[in-house]
Amino acid sequence: MDDRPDRDKRPSPDALLKAAEQETRGRLKVFLGAAPGVGKTFEMLTMARAKRQEGVDVVIGVVETHGRVETEALLAGLEVVPRRRVEYKGHTLEEMDLDAILARRPKLVLVDELAHTNAPGSRHPKRYNDVEELIDAGIDVFTTLNIQHVESLNDVVAKITRIRVRETVPDSIIDRADEVEVVDLTPEDLVQRLKEGKVYLPQQAERAVRHYFLPGNLTALRELALRRTAERVDEQMVDYMRAHAIQGPWAASERVLVCVNEDPSVAAVVRYARRLADRLHAPFVALHVETSASQRLGDKERDAIAEALRLAQRLGGEAVTAPASDVAGGIVSYAEQNNITHIVIAKSRRTRWSELLRGSVTHHLIRRAGDISVHVIAEPPGPEVPESQEREAVETAARPASFELGAYGVSAAMVAAALGIGLLLQQWLSVANVSLAFLTAILGSAVAYGLWPALFACFVSVLAYNFFFLPPLYTFSIADPENMVALFFFAFVALIASNLAARVRRQALGAGQRAKVTDELYQFSRKLAAAVTLDDLLWATSYQVALMLKVRVVLLLPEGDSIAVRAGYPPEDALDEADLAAAKWCWLNNLPAGRGADTLPGAKRLFLPMRTGRGPVGVVGLDSDRPGPLLTPDQRRLLDSLMDQAALAIERVNLARDVDQAKIAAEAERLRSALLTSISHDLRTPLASILGSATSLGTYGKSLDDKAQAELIRTIQEESERLNRFIGNLLDMTRLESGAVEPRTDLVDLAEVVGTALERAAKVVADHDVAVDLAADLPMIRCDPVLLEQVLFNLLDNAAKYTRPGTEIRIQARNVGGGVRLDVLDEGEGIPLGDLERIFDKFYRVHAADRKRAGTGLGLAICRGFMAAMGGTIVAGNRVDRPGAVFTLMFPAQAEDAAGRERAA
Amino acid sequence: MTGAAPSSVLVVDDEPAIRRFLRTGLEVQGYRVIDAADGTEALDALRRSAVDVLVLDLGLPGIDGFEVIKRVRGGGSSLPIIVLSSRTDERGKVEALDLGADDYVTKPFGIDELLARIRAALRHRLQQEGERPVFKSGDLAVDLVRRIVTVRGEEVKLTPREYDLLRLLVAHAGKVLTHKFVLREVWGGESDVQYLRIYIRALRQKIEADPERPRHILTETGVGYRLRAPD
Repeated sequence: MDDRPDRDKRPSPDALLKAAEQETRGRLKVFLGAAPGVGKTFEMLTMARAKRQEGVDVVIGVVETHGRVETEALLAGLEVVPRRRVEYKGHTLEEMDLDAILARRPKLVLVDELAHTNAPGSRHPKRYNDVEELIDAGIDVFTTLNIQHVESLNDVVAKITRIRVRETVPDSIIDRADEVEVVDLTPEDLVQRLKEGKVYLPQQAERAVRHYFLPGNLTALRELALRRTAERVDEQMVDYMRAHAIQGPWAASERVLVCVNEDPSVAAVVRYARRLADRLHAPFVALHVETSASQRLGDKERDAIAEALRLAQRLGGEAVTAPASDVAGGIVSYAEQNNITHIVIAKSRRTRWSELLRGSVTHHLIRRAGDISVHVIAEPPGPEVPESQEREAVETAARPASFELGAYGVSAAMVAAALGIGLLLQQWLSVANVSLAFLTAILGSAVAYGLWPALFACFVSVLAYNFFFLPPLYTFSIADPENMVALFFFAFVALIASNLAARVRRQALGAGQRAKVTDELYQFSRKLAAAVTLDDLLWATSYQVALMLKVRVVLLLPEGDSIAVRAGYPPEDALDEADLAAAKWCWLNNLPAGRGADTLPGAKRLFLPMRTGRGPVGVVGLDSDRPGPLLTPDQRRLLDSLMDQAALAIERVNLARDVDQAKIAAEAERLRSALLTSISHDLRTPLASILGSATSLGTYGKSLDDKAQAELIRTIQEESERLNRFIGNLLDMTRLESGAVEPRTDLVDLAEVVGTALERAAKVVADHDVAVDLAADLPMIRCDPVLLEQVLFNLLDNAAKYTRPGTEIRIQARNVGGGVRLDVLDEGEGIPLGDLERIFDKFYRVHAADRKRAGTGLGLAICRGFMAAMGGTIVAGNRVDRPGAVFTLMFPAQAEDAAGRERAA
Repeated sequence: MTGAAPSSVLVVDDEPAIRRFLRTGLEVQGYRVIDAADGTEALDALRRSAVDVLVLDLGLPGIDGFEVIKRVRGGGSSLPIIVLSSRTDERGKVEALDLGADDYVTKPFGIDELLARIRAALRHRLQQEGERPVFKSGDLAVDLVRRIVTVRGEEVKLTPREYDLLRLLVAHAGKVLTHKFVLREVWGGESDVQYLRIYIRALRQKIEADPERPRHILTETGVGYRLRAPD
């Protein structure tokens, strides 16, 4: 119909994707039978044995032999995975052990009776869910199914056999099957087998079942099974042709739309649409048009609509709710925008009178549908045969009664006011015009309170107008026929006007509600944009969801290889085991789990994945005290849009965090490379001198004069010492960074430490004048003498490096108010102002123009680290009396100690 | 070395390069060198041969240096032991000295440094056998019989405890003495290291020409003190 890409001969991406998925998944083979007893299990076992012969690893997950000897004989020699026992209400039920099979990982597993409902408390409510998990895990599955269990054929079968089957399997699982084999038996043979007692029948249902096995029924069922299989084969062929870009005769652009309303029988219409869509190879969409009238629907009707939309989703369709002013217009405009080719609608069960009064949607639709085919389906009389597996009754709180006394009171008051004004005005105006005052009151009532109060106002107005203004006055009778006509028209106009006004009001209310939702969504996105930390974001999200959907919310984010609760409203920090299992399953499989979902429905909460285009980011868990389904389809869609926004925001925060981490990593990398440069330079330079000198001595030792030999030996010695200092620095730095520096804090004589530092540094400062000026009144200081000696050595080494030979290096110490202050002053060029702090950074070196030797970039960093470890400080500055640097160490004051007193004594 | 029989040194280190360099350096100085690569070999060598000095690395595979010291001293031997240790390992040095080692040299070291320690250790052993009445080192002289201390020929007045401290240092001249050892010998072990620091400061004021850069009483940071031996 339109230009779909099928026209070009490239393989369709969807078809290719499907084929690719098939390769990692296990293969599913369904043995489909028209009725029980046709021999599906027997056929499945026979095939399995053949596979076994071929060497395939086959196990039996679950097979029901129902005591049939031939079938049991086939079991011999096949491995059976023991069933799991489940205690339920005092009975012991045996169920297939899904986890055992997953752990066993056979190539092929046999799972009988696909439509089986699992015992409560199992991971999945239905056996077909188990089978899907097995296939997803890459295990091939053989399974059996009777045609009456297929969801889309459910009501057809019910009609044929007058028995509604409680256990259904969605059509999608048959569509997913890689192979469907029909196990066929003529009705005559089957009836014969039944008579011979070869068909297993549950005792209690015998009478009903006998009806089921009437030859006429069996023929119809058999035809259904064969036709369903043929349809599937057709689909497979289409898939194949699409994947291989073979031009085919399929109508690529057919689209089916089914209209959903609150009628309880709407499910049958949805199923019809699915069958139609199947035959057309078309997608289908279920549409509910929300008009102003929808606002007045009760909860029961809303639930019926929600259930029909969910049914459509289960059947593989799309569910949409669209607002419009009238139903037919809404359907047509949606259909036109979405290239719908077929519209399915139920034949109205309204009375002719009601149609006349309110118009027929069907008629409007057919008139306005243009070239879209409209299928009008006869609805079954009365509500559908109730499904045995009834969904829980939705016991939501009753809506507040729409009868509000206040509205009627005020409406009456408005009419009374109109009466007063009318009595006043009638002195100047004609009686006919007085009616306008009443009309105003009626319209006011309609706008303020809606239809019913307006009708009430209308009635009262007519009475009052008659009583007070139409002769004979103060009676309810009317003398003048002309007035009679006028009153009639007044009543008519008032009715129409109040109706219109009330409709406007409803639409305004609806628009207001939608605007409120839109506004809340907007506010939410602003809040998310403003949230900087992940915690803010999660809190805002859980609060907003809780507020808008009136539920309790928890948010879970990945932590390690699992997930954990990160936020909740109301706050919640732990989940019970069932909930945690459901949340984990949801996270791992990216599918809903828990309450109301297909997996682990026993959990208290419903868990839904939060995801962005880049993948899942977390899980949201919802619950409330209301029984029944947590969310209506509207709320589900609202939740989806909230979660989409939240997921994007979470991803944004995560990305920002990743960027920060990358920055930190880059800084660490810069330091590491500086360290490597430093090490390679500072280790290699002295080593080069040592190796060079040693090889010179070794090779030419004898031919060198004494002076040259002494020179080489001195080089080796000095460079070894330099190397030793550098390695010492590296070790000190490593000890500092690993936290291995544990200063011993003794009371130490500063003069003594200065002495040992000078002794060690004698060679380093040999070319400089060293002046020591220690005050006589210095107290003992509490420090580690080994570390302090290293600090002083590094400062002397540093001063010697950055100043000219022959200049003075002065060490002076004073007792100042807060403790002892020690300065190391040199006569160099001083330190650039911007570098005063940075020189204490690791690997930072001031680039002096005429520097003699590169520093290691570690000495001062070690000084600061050691001083901090001892509880002191070190700062750098420039001298004020002359050019030159000064390093100042401060040691906090010590309490006067016993030793001092003894010495004084 | 003077005298008839050369002194024999047992060198224990797991690094072949260190053993080679020590053997060369010591043999040039006239010592007889025996070497061992680990504690077990060292103890065997001590049983088999007469050894005058033990040069012992602390970080040995198997039986480590500390254990060797314990066994030597446990057997009642007063064999001089010089420990080779690394910088930043003050605790290891102190522990070895407290176990009975006589002295230590910090790796890396020059051969002259080690030779000075060996000489001091051997001299100390000889002194114990026949104590000299007057100790002289540079401008310092201590008459142990008359209890008179002179610096550059002038008598210096010492308090009794200062004298006890100086006498202890003189008795072990050239050898490092740990704080713990000195405190035990002079104060009976009931005092704190800061008393010792105060007395050392006082003593330096009296006998050193420049107390800030002492020439006689040397500080071994984090370990103890050493009186410079006469050359």
